[in-house]
Amino acid sequence: MRRELARARAVAWKDLRTERRTMANFNAVLFLAVLMLLLFGFALGPDAAALRESAGGVIWLAILFSGVLAFNRSYQVELDDNALEVLLLYPGARWPIFVGKLAANLAFVLGVELIAVPLAGILFHVALTRALLPLTGVLLLGTFGFVTLGTFYAAVASRTRAREILLPLLLLPMLVPVLIAAAKATAALTSGDVMGDATAWFRLLIAFDLIFFTAAMLVFDAAIGG
Amino acid sequence: MGISGLITLLAFVALAAAQAFGFVTSPPDRDMGDLQKIMYVHVPAAWSAFLCFFVVFVESVRYLWRRDERDDLIAASAAETGAVLTALTLMLGSIWGRPTWGVWWAWDARLTSTAVLLVIYAGYLALRAFADEPERRAQWSAAVGILGALNVPVVYMSVKWWRTLHQLQSTPSTLDPRYAWGLRLNGLAVLAIAILFMVHRYKIARLERRAERVAEEEALAYLPMDILEEAHV
Repeated sequence: MRRELARARAVAWKDLRTERRTMANFNAVLFLAVLMLLLFGFALGPDAAALRESAGGVIWLAILFSGVLAFNRSYQVELDDNALEVLLLYPGARWPIFVGKLAANLAFVLGVELIAVPLAGILFHVALTRALLPLTGVLLLGTFGFVTLGTFYAAVASRTRAREILLPLLLLPMLVPVLIAAAKATAALTSGDVMGDATAWFRLLIAFDLIFFTAAMLVFDAAIGG
Repeated sequence: MGISGLITLLAFVALAAAQAFGFVTSPPDRDMGDLQKIMYVHVPAAWSAFLCFFVVFVESVRYLWRRDERDDLIAASAAETGAVLTALTLMLGSIWGRPTWGVWWAWDARLTSTAVLLVIYAGYLALRAFADEPERRAQWSAAVGILGALNVPVVYMSVKWWRTLHQLQSTPSTLDPRYAWGLRLNGLAVLAIAILFMVHRYKIARLERRAERVAEEEALAYLPMDILEEAHV
């Protein structure tokens, strides 16, 4: 177990280091997220009340649509020099590869959120500080579910003919529960959660994360192999 | 006419007979009138679609277990049949909803989760279309098929909490007995059609695989030996 975790850490570290050296991908994804927030503002605004009401959904759509671009890249760097073949030739279980890539992607998407979400708070007049702790919880749980499935499906999609279109096609329908739960919880928390709805959405997010993390670990061998 | 032709004929005759039975035995509904007859295809199509997706799940697990190509092809056939039936369910529901609810589409729990189900399996079919190498395609679609099936209850729960206004679903026990037998018989008839589609689709898939294999062998036969050795074929 310890050896596997060390291996996962090595994969994560390698991915983060290649990203940190150029920051090209991170900057592009962050830029897209910010751009989407602005575009949503133009489409829904400028009425401040309407903006505030739709902020929960808008934040999560911006995260999903920009984050999708990060995942294929995570395998693309392996495919360019046939590095994936070598990675798969190492003896031992393959789930550490998944966990490593998952951790790197998680850091990546959370990094984007760290800038994009406060910005969304400013643009859409949402008082994020009102429930900072539970909101962070929603963000972490929702992002974990999102990144788990994203990392998993990218393993498949990145090696097909039409990877740019196939990944969102596979991934986004699966994320409907995450989108609903995270957007509703965010909306409830930023408006004071008078109905106490957030707890139910928290539970749904936790269940989603557990189910799909376990399932992805179990069938990752089939997704990466072959 | 061979056995499969006979089964095809029987399935369609059974469907026509069950439809006729439903139309003759059930009186017009008090509120909906003859509109209610849509139920005789809408509900059975939904039942059979769910059965198809269950087959996708079971065959995907079995494929990863035994690595038998046939399991993969059965899963593919079931997914395609299920997608067609799901689309049919949604379309009929929409036609029924317009005069009953006054709208073609309502954001209700069952309706919305069925639509999500359709796009999940459309993704599965797209993956199959975009992956060329048969063994990889089988592995990948098995993995995707399993995760997709696991999401069905989760999607349903999440959308249900999100909102609901669908009328209680129609099963023989929630119906006036005069409608129940029509529904049961049509359920069986549509099931026969679904199985028929799956069998035909499976046969075609087998033939396609055979054609792929022949093409591969022929392509390899034209390669000079030294290239083959270099590529470790």
